[in-house]
Amino acid sequence: MLSLRSVSKTFGQTPAVRDVDLDFKPHTTTVLIGASGCGKSTLLRLALGLVTPDRGSVLLDEELLDAKSAPLLRRRMGYVIQDGGLFPHLDARSNVGLMAGYLRWEGERTKRRILELARLTRFPEEGLDRFPVQLSGGQRQRVGLMRALLLDPEVLLLDEPLAALDPLVRAELQDGLREIFRDLGKTVVLVTHDLAEAAFFGDRIVLLRDGSVLQSGALRDLIDTPADEYVSRFVRAQRTLHVPGVEVTP
Amino acid sequence: MKLPGRSAGGWFLAAVLGLPGCILSRGDDAARSAAPVIIGSKQFTESVVLGELAASLVRASGTPAEHRSQLGGTQVLWNALLRGEIDCYPEYTGTLEQEILKQKGVRGEAELRRELASQGVVMSRPLGFNDTYALGMKPARARRLGIRSISDLRQHPELRFGFTNEFMDRADGWPGLKARYALPQEDVRGLDHDVAYRGLDADTIDVTDLYSTDADISYYGIRTLQDDLHYFPVYDAVWLIRADLNARAPAAVAALTALEGRIDANAMAAMNGRAKIHRVPEPRVAADFLALNLGLTVVPEEQGPASRILRRTEEHLGLVALSLSAALCVALPLGILAARRPGLGALVLAATGVLQTIPSLALLVFMIPILGIGAPPAVAALFLYSLLPIVRNTHAGLTGIPAPLRESAEALGLSARARLWRVELPLASPSILAGVKTSAVINVGTATLGAVIGAGGYGQPILTGIRLDNVGLILEGAVPAALLAVAVQALFGGIERGVVPLGLRLAHKD
Repeated sequence: MLSLRSVSKTFGQTPAVRDVDLDFKPHTTTVLIGASGCGKSTLLRLALGLVTPDRGSVLLDEELLDAKSAPLLRRRMGYVIQDGGLFPHLDARSNVGLMAGYLRWEGERTKRRILELARLTRFPEEGLDRFPVQLSGGQRQRVGLMRALLLDPEVLLLDEPLAALDPLVRAELQDGLREIFRDLGKTVVLVTHDLAEAAFFGDRIVLLRDGSVLQSGALRDLIDTPADEYVSRFVRAQRTLHVPGVEVTP
Repeated sequence: MKLPGRSAGGWFLAAVLGLPGCILSRGDDAARSAAPVIIGSKQFTESVVLGELAASLVRASGTPAEHRSQLGGTQVLWNALLRGEIDCYPEYTGTLEQEILKQKGVRGEAELRRELASQGVVMSRPLGFNDTYALGMKPARARRLGIRSISDLRQHPELRFGFTNEFMDRADGWPGLKARYALPQEDVRGLDHDVAYRGLDADTIDVTDLYSTDADISYYGIRTLQDDLHYFPVYDAVWLIRADLNARAPAAVAALTALEGRIDANAMAAMNGRAKIHRVPEPRVAADFLALNLGLTVVPEEQGPASRILRRTEEHLGLVALSLSAALCVALPLGILAARRPGLGALVLAATGVLQTIPSLALLVFMIPILGIGAPPAVAALFLYSLLPIVRNTHAGLTGIPAPLRESAEALGLSARARLWRVELPLASPSILAGVKTSAVINVGTATLGAVIGAGGYGQPILTGIRLDNVGLILEGAVPAALLAVAVQALFGGIERGVVPLGLRLAHKD
């Protein structure tokens, strides 16, 4: 489906991504994880063509992503960032329907699609006429997801979508998101720095360090057969909650 | 709205500068025969009175005439005459010999006539008075120091001189005088003519230059010092008339020559006194003179304050609206370009910044050789002034959009053009609008200077008020200009509600 082939990118003097090869299979969820600055967000932006690789290539269904093909290929990928990335001058409905307007959909079709998405993401219908500043953090995130899903893309790229939310809202949205990923059968790439979240979503976890892939596999593989000492340390660093009398494990 | 001006080159440049040429153009050639005779005058009362006399005479001959009063200094009037922006203006033979035709080294009336004819200009016979330069002091101080002639000044190097700016710079002014009399004074400064009289009266200066027909000489009781070395040349007042006017309006030329030899120095000083000290409007002064001396009945064109202010408002709004909308059409794309191409952007911002540092009066005067006098050069200068705030705020508004938002728009698959219109410009709109508002307010204020080069507007009464030391007239221009600036502010408050999206206004309240 989506492939990165020997992709490298350097910003100024700092290499952000070094020679990364990744394939994202249809209908699977892959989680990119690592410490800040490991290049996980840059990988998503490379996949969308927001950043041009110095070397290597990005392919969507064997079609090369370059400056010319990017606008069309991007319509087959949905992108969600922290806090939704909503345009403050547009209300929720217009944020979601921006591309519909650009592609000159009929009004009725746009309206139907937005209502459908609101139900899917459990976003209250009356909130559609509010501006981003008038919405809660969780609602903004839902609108961001609706906007990404409008054109029913095959690929969904999410960059720390839940990082800005408080724990309760976050847990609720995690459940909702996983359900949506499964129901819609999308190819999902999700970036997080939280291993528990990674384990919750990911069919496959890709651990990155300094712009390179350190290990790729299920959580079990990372725990049982760590590729090196850093992987073990990273896994151990995600503490289990210890409360006397109660046992909570990720 | 009235937009005078005739130079074809000027219109061309106006079009190049992006001004809507169709609004400015006047179908000159077709209207030429019916066009009024344009009289010009310099920025001092005697010239304005003479200009009024000329306009009244031409009108009395049955030819429509228009008086563009207080257009500026000698060079502005002379060049306007050569270019055909004016048909006639009062000049002095001394100025012609010493200043305008200095390079040609002409001496005497016959040579002067020949040289002028070769440039397409006809000189009338002298009007009857010699308005030469003189130096003046307060009589008490002159008496105490025993000063009677300019030579006597040599003994008093401590005296403070205050000269009109033109006198300071002219070859036949201070530099030549200083050399001829070997004057030692160091404290010499340039002043406005009218300010100089008040300075003399208030003892902040001791000696100033005068015109020998100045009304103020008797009003302020000033002693004129004898030019014992005969330094100052003769300054006979004459009309300078374009040679081609005779073909277009022979009656007008005949009417103008009727005044030859009819105004002696006393009559001129009396008219200056009425206009300047008794505040009789110049058209009335001219009409009274013509009635008394030539038996002509002229009804002076006197406007009430309301219609006068209305006309100034129209002129002022014309200058502001035209220059600001042209600036908007150019600055907005420039700002977008500057935001898209950082290298080019630095260049654009630097260039518009440099424009802003040129003093506004200088910029207006720079425009005269290219665009002549009147509204076109003023609009062009105001246009250039209005660029920077709009360019800079457009650039700042676009580059200030957070990267995640810019990338979100890109990631959706919108084209660059759609991103600009649907996302980036709306997000930058508060900043852009603030820039336009700044430009508009600066523009309203700076446009008052347009009167200096004959563009009219609220600057006209201010200019006249300064010349006549008439606070009422100054306020007649200054108060409406201030009110207009306030109105512009309010207008933009309204525009902001229409242009800046509701979501952004809500966000800014938080």
